[in-house]
Amino acid sequence: MPEQIPPDSVGLVEPQLAIFNTPLELACGQTLPHYELAYETYGKLNSNKSNAVLICHALSGHHHAAGFHSMEDRKPGWWDNYIGPGKPIDTNHFFVVALNNLGGCHGSTGPNSVNPATKKLYGPEFPIVTVKDWVNSQARLADMLSIEQWAAIIGGSLGGMQALQWSIDYPERLKHAVIIASAPKLTAQNIAFNEVARQAIMSDEGFHNGWYKEQNDYPKKGLMLARMVGHITYLSDDAMRQKFGRELRSGAINFDFGAEFQVESYLRYQGEVFSENFDANTYLLMTKALDYFDPAKDYNDDLVAALSHASCQFFIMSFTTDWRFSPERSKDIVDALISAKKNVSYLDIDAPEGHDAFLLPIPRYRNAFKAYLARIANEVKANEN
Amino acid sequence: MRTDFQIIQAWIDPQSRVLDLGCGDGSFLKYLQEHKQTLGYGLEIDPDNIERCVTKGINVIEQDLDKGLSNFVDNSFDTVLMAQALQAVHYPHLVLEEMLRIGRECIITFPNFGHWRCRFYLTQRGKMPVSKFMPYTWYDTPNIHFCTFKDFEELCQQKQVRILNRMVVDQTHRGDWLSRLLPNLFGEIAIYHLTR
Repeated sequence: MPEQIPPDSVGLVEPQLAIFNTPLELACGQTLPHYELAYETYGKLNSNKSNAVLICHALSGHHHAAGFHSMEDRKPGWWDNYIGPGKPIDTNHFFVVALNNLGGCHGSTGPNSVNPATKKLYGPEFPIVTVKDWVNSQARLADMLSIEQWAAIIGGSLGGMQALQWSIDYPERLKHAVIIASAPKLTAQNIAFNEVARQAIMSDEGFHNGWYKEQNDYPKKGLMLARMVGHITYLSDDAMRQKFGRELRSGAINFDFGAEFQVESYLRYQGEVFSENFDANTYLLMTKALDYFDPAKDYNDDLVAALSHASCQFFIMSFTTDWRFSPERSKDIVDALISAKKNVSYLDIDAPEGHDAFLLPIPRYRNAFKAYLARIANEVKANEN
Repeated sequence: MRTDFQIIQAWIDPQSRVLDLGCGDGSFLKYLQEHKQTLGYGLEIDPDNIERCVTKGINVIEQDLDKGLSNFVDNSFDTVLMAQALQAVHYPHLVLEEMLRIGRECIITFPNFGHWRCRFYLTQRGKMPVSKFMPYTWYDTPNIHFCTFKDFEELCQQKQVRILNRMVVDQTHRGDWLSRLLPNLFGEIAIYHLTR
């Protein structure tokens, strides 16, 4: 619990709900007749509505990106290190919008919403949504908020993919795309990890083919395993060694299969917490959206051709020890952008923390991020007058 | 603006595409962007310089020249520029080749080790020259491949590189009559404009 709200926090925030009754056609061919998006905003929209920044979340993220929901909150929003007054995404200058994507389990329409056609929960029948669908739904949220053009769209990992898709599908609607620890498409290895996670969930007896809510059950073990696998891939070998080493919980080995090493109990704990807070069907959907993402596919597998539609400026960052979304994948985006004659800057931040680095307050990352956003803030200010 | 940049900028066409290898704080790219509306990118490895470029609104790419430039497509730039970095790369001849592959034209500047002051220092003291201009001792210097005008021109000849322009200037980047007369002896900084 924050005994008092830190001065560089956006403070107490309240989620809002945007309701859409215009049907949304999805890439899979299905249509959502009605949907809702949970979102939060921080900072103030300026008079010419030119200072809005969209935050796109990663795999298990949601709309609560910064600040606290109540004084009883244990932790602030997931990207509180980077959003707030004086922080890189400075709420003194920017109006920040963060949302929970379609298919999510934190307030937006998803598997746990009622399907108007059947009057029961969507469950496993919730259509598979793609990054493109998310971008379309986010564009409608922008319309609702009267934001014609984002000063910047920012995201890490799966969030970065959304920023990239925005730049291709709605080039005139963003001035800057900030893409962190992301990729132009997943590698086979990455898809393989996602498949292991999905199999862990789907083979859990508590899964009931996705109808677990109706059975008053849920695939706890499957979700735990999925998260454990994911967690391992988000850290680097070094980060794990530094955090846990081979430290034993009781100081000696017991010759049994309990959680003997610290790293084992850590993974079990993280998995358990996750399984209690995240929906299995949503996890399946989100990993599929990751697997399917490939903006070049619509352009004969030519990423340069895809990106030639973009008109925003790009800021791309990767982390040296990130092996799940390796620097090479970020460089693929950078090279394609240079070939497409777009404005792009790229930093490969030396950080030992692996993929998780994008959420951590790493000084060089923070400084560069701050410098780039300060430049955007100056542009916004110059256009205001 | 540095006098070498003043000379170089005249060789760069408006609206052209420029790749600056070792772009430093991005001042020169900023100048080109503002005065010639170029589409420029700088490669840099120093974090502080990279941040300065970001602040300036310059396209900067973190990339180590010694790890190659194979990610750049053939003939994708009008001009590839490398100011005062040739002496700091592991394999200058490979970088030169890559520059000519990527760019239609190349501009290279480097300190002339054949300058009379270097020669004097070495013959008099028998030690590697240390000066205000090149303030490093031999063991901790980033400059690992010094050469003279003659050396560089031999390399260009070997590689069948065409020299479009060549200038020599002194430390303050002004060219005087002595350095024009005897460039390898009196020129401190070489500026070469090359093409295939």
